[in-house]
Amino acid sequence: MALAFDEYGRPFIILKEQDQKTRLRGIEAQKANISAGKAVARILRTSLGPKGMDKILQSPDGDVTITNDGATILEQMDVDNQIAKLMVELSRSQDYEIGDGTTGVVVMAGALLDQAERLLERGIHPIRIAEGYEMASRIAVEHLEHISKKFDFGATNIEPLVQTCMTTLSSKIVNRCKCHLAEISVKAVLSVADLDRKDVNLDMIKVEGKVGGKLEDTELIYGITVDKDMSHPQMPKQIEDAKIAILTCPFEPPKPKTKHKVDIDTVEKFQTLRLQEQKYFDDMVQKCKDAGATLVICQWGFDDEANHLLMHRNLPAVRWVGGVELELIAIATGGRIVPRFQELTPEKLGRAGLVREKSFGTTKDKMLYIEHCANSRAVTIFIRGGNKMMIEETKRSIHDALCVARNLIRNNSIVYGGGSAEISCSIAVEAAADKYPGVEQYAIRAFADALDSVPMALAENSGLQPIETLSEVKSQQIKENNPHYGIDCNDVGTNDMRQQDVFETLIGKQQQILLATQVVKMILKIDDVISPSDY
Amino acid sequence: MAIEKILKDDASEEKGERARMASFVGAIAITDLVKTTLGPKGMDKILQSTGRGHGVTVTNDGATILKSLHIDNPAAKVLIDISKVQDDEVGDGTTSVVVLAGELLREAEKLVAAKIHPMTIISGYRMAAECARNALLQRVVDNKENAEKFKSDLMKIAMTTLSSKILSQDKEHFAQLAVDAVMRLKGSTNLEAIQIIKKPGGSLMDSFLDEGFILDKKIGLGQPKRIENAKILVANTAMDTDKVKIYGARVRVDSMSKVAEIEGAEKEKMREKVQKIIAHGINCFVNRQLIYNFPEELFADAGVLAIEHADFDGIERLALVTGGEIASTFDNPESVKIGHCKLIEEIMIGEDKLIHFSGVEMGQACTIVLRGASHHVLDEAERSLHDALCVLSQTVNDTRVLLGGGWPEMVMAKEVDELARKTPGKKSHAIEAFSRALVAIPTIIADNAGLDSADLVAQLRAAHHKEGCNAGIDVISGSVGDMAELGISESFKVKQAVLLSATEAAEMILRVDEIITCAPRQREDRM
Repeated sequence: MALAFDEYGRPFIILKEQDQKTRLRGIEAQKANISAGKAVARILRTSLGPKGMDKILQSPDGDVTITNDGATILEQMDVDNQIAKLMVELSRSQDYEIGDGTTGVVVMAGALLDQAERLLERGIHPIRIAEGYEMASRIAVEHLEHISKKFDFGATNIEPLVQTCMTTLSSKIVNRCKCHLAEISVKAVLSVADLDRKDVNLDMIKVEGKVGGKLEDTELIYGITVDKDMSHPQMPKQIEDAKIAILTCPFEPPKPKTKHKVDIDTVEKFQTLRLQEQKYFDDMVQKCKDAGATLVICQWGFDDEANHLLMHRNLPAVRWVGGVELELIAIATGGRIVPRFQELTPEKLGRAGLVREKSFGTTKDKMLYIEHCANSRAVTIFIRGGNKMMIEETKRSIHDALCVARNLIRNNSIVYGGGSAEISCSIAVEAAADKYPGVEQYAIRAFADALDSVPMALAENSGLQPIETLSEVKSQQIKENNPHYGIDCNDVGTNDMRQQDVFETLIGKQQQILLATQVVKMILKIDDVISPSDY
Repeated sequence: MAIEKILKDDASEEKGERARMASFVGAIAITDLVKTTLGPKGMDKILQSTGRGHGVTVTNDGATILKSLHIDNPAAKVLIDISKVQDDEVGDGTTSVVVLAGELLREAEKLVAAKIHPMTIISGYRMAAECARNALLQRVVDNKENAEKFKSDLMKIAMTTLSSKILSQDKEHFAQLAVDAVMRLKGSTNLEAIQIIKKPGGSLMDSFLDEGFILDKKIGLGQPKRIENAKILVANTAMDTDKVKIYGARVRVDSMSKVAEIEGAEKEKMREKVQKIIAHGINCFVNRQLIYNFPEELFADAGVLAIEHADFDGIERLALVTGGEIASTFDNPESVKIGHCKLIEEIMIGEDKLIHFSGVEMGQACTIVLRGASHHVLDEAERSLHDALCVLSQTVNDTRVLLGGGWPEMVMAKEVDELARKTPGKKSHAIEAFSRALVAIPTIIADNAGLDSADLVAQLRAAHHKEGCNAGIDVISGSVGDMAELGISESFKVKQAVLLSATEAAEMILRVDEIITCAPRQREDRM
């Protein structure tokens, strides 16, 4: 480590405990950072595309996750390196913002870093590279807009949406029944979507999973499922035209927040207290009855006595329902969450056409279905599958598909997939590069090369000759001036992505390029890494 | 320049071929472990727990064996998971599903070594699984309409399931028990209603099904030991001290006499409660919670049989059989439903006294009393019986039935082979491999029985070349036999679940090309 000396030859101490820290500077630091970023990208590279492979991740506690989703892999990878953490962040922000393309964004960033390394070796200043990238990304994003297509869909014509979701799902393990799942996702999104405001609240879609059965049994329920059963085993298992009281107060005597004591010093007091207690339980049940409720859903538990009283008065009840579920039930049934028995009125009750208890398998696994709700704006996707990991992976895949459908509702522009958009952008950026005077030109050209790496990875994963395939497709695009040619991953026999119906969302692609460029710019600007050494 | 370390210190990463190898090796090791338990001549395993006392379990049940293993290999964990799911979902076939998945992977390993891409293998497997399922669907027998035949189907299934377990000696007896118990459920899959009581002593043949209900409790002192035409109140209420539930209440007195007064009031309260209960016109009272001496004495005085501290399942079941409701408040005697039964008496099984409720109104629940030489035998008997009950209850819902003894595998293998011949491209290798994996199951069954598997399976294959053949392996005589005549049947639902989840699991493991293991969490040493 470089030390500074004063005029008498004594070292200046600039950092605290300076000699115990490792420090990388200048070109060394940049190269180390780039190689870390590339290493992360390399891990994800093989997961890209419909023929991409999965990863097994074993958590510190020994739990196994098998996934193909870039964001999940990186999140669980237990990364230590600072730059690698930036890449993890990158994938996560793509996940939050778009929900899909989490692998692609990392691969893209890795390719950009790779190109930047070569430019650095030629002696181009990192800031100039960063600026060149910035310009190039602007060109690419504009070009994407240019080649994008709008398509129409409505509540009746969902086919285009389903096609796009299928593209997303085809890279996951669930591609066996992607058609079925894509349809479910689209229907779910459409039923909660506000088409006028172009807004979708994905919180309204609950994704539940239960092991057993097969993937094809996955279904969309227009209503809510709760992983609970009736509080008393002898309560009816099926209620039609239910009027639901949604309570957040327990069926128990009140517990005032202020500290208090009730002193019993005479027999009379003891007895009055007893009577009061009985009356209290009676009152609570009576109030629910009076409001006209035929089902009580309570956030808290209730006492044996209250339980029996409810049963006795023929008022089925469910206890210990979680807060989130309670809210969803309230939304779905159009009821209000009532925090006090006194405030329970008939208007505040939720309505559902059918509430039923369904049991699964040989163990007594029961779930409560609340269906035909007054307001069908909350739905549940119920996933079945052979094992736990399958269910988890399906949940993640469905989440991706839901996000894609939502993005399409927000903005119905699409670009064609299979690497065709990247290739087209690469051609456009390459062509634009020559117009820029100055060193940035090189960076812009490098950006074009980096764009090629996504289709290249696709081809590689599909077992095709990457360079041959890519150059062929590229020349085809230029020759016919048609941005729809991509990599034929599934060996269908045509390069035209329009015929293969492989779509991706425009905002997803744009976001990928923008995010990747930003992170790469950030990494390039670092020229000094100071880290405490191990002790 | 050194490549920067990306992962944390102890984390490891396996890539490409090495990762695939690790998962194949793990999965195949698990398969080999449980393989020997397959089939009627399969062997058992001893499992010793690491917990205190080093408890020993002797079992033949795949799910139980795998559940008890501590495995680090991620692929092996996938297999254990499918076995567990199979257990929860259909109850039987827990070994078969693991063996089939393992064999599929073993075949896949060869294909990967022959440079066929895993994705190609997966798509081949998928086609093959679909084809195999259709082949089974075509050959199922459904005797839903014919109750008599259906019952004999159930009987056959139960016997087939039990024949691979410890109960195989008395399988007819136990099959009859299981079928009777399941038929009483009338289509519900709620096995909770069937109570299994284990009492060491006697032999397995002494086990019996009781139509009534047996509660593993003693009758309180000084209370009638035998009640005819009993009216039973099933309750869940505190019979020790009835706490005041209003928050913050406490007793505060300033003299000894006051204490006595309060105590008197408490007693009075309890007396009132007991009076109210007795006012229901009952002569038997069963409570889930404790009954203290004082109320017990009151009950004894009134000639009411009081049973305390019955477990929760027991209460639910008792309510189910007697048709009463579980009560917690006693103010409205006229509207509480009271259970009835003809006779309550104390019976002796072995050394223990039990309470027996017979002549109950609703016949849904029943009790199976298992007798046997030791706890280990009883535990294993219970597991076996549980398997049989699960399969039967599932079969009652899905009445499609297949033959057993390797017959379904051969039928599937034949169809899959046919498909392989018709399919162009590399996939056909994978489809062929699928059929080889299917044939591995009858091979293992034969091997476990000490038979010449190569010869038998070849004979079987030849026999299956004819249309509509019923040939399977007859392990007892060691030859190829007609499964329909031998009465060996299996439930379609079980076979389908085995096929689908094994394929799914194999697919999942095949798709993996990288294993990233996080650093194991450091356990804190508690000194």
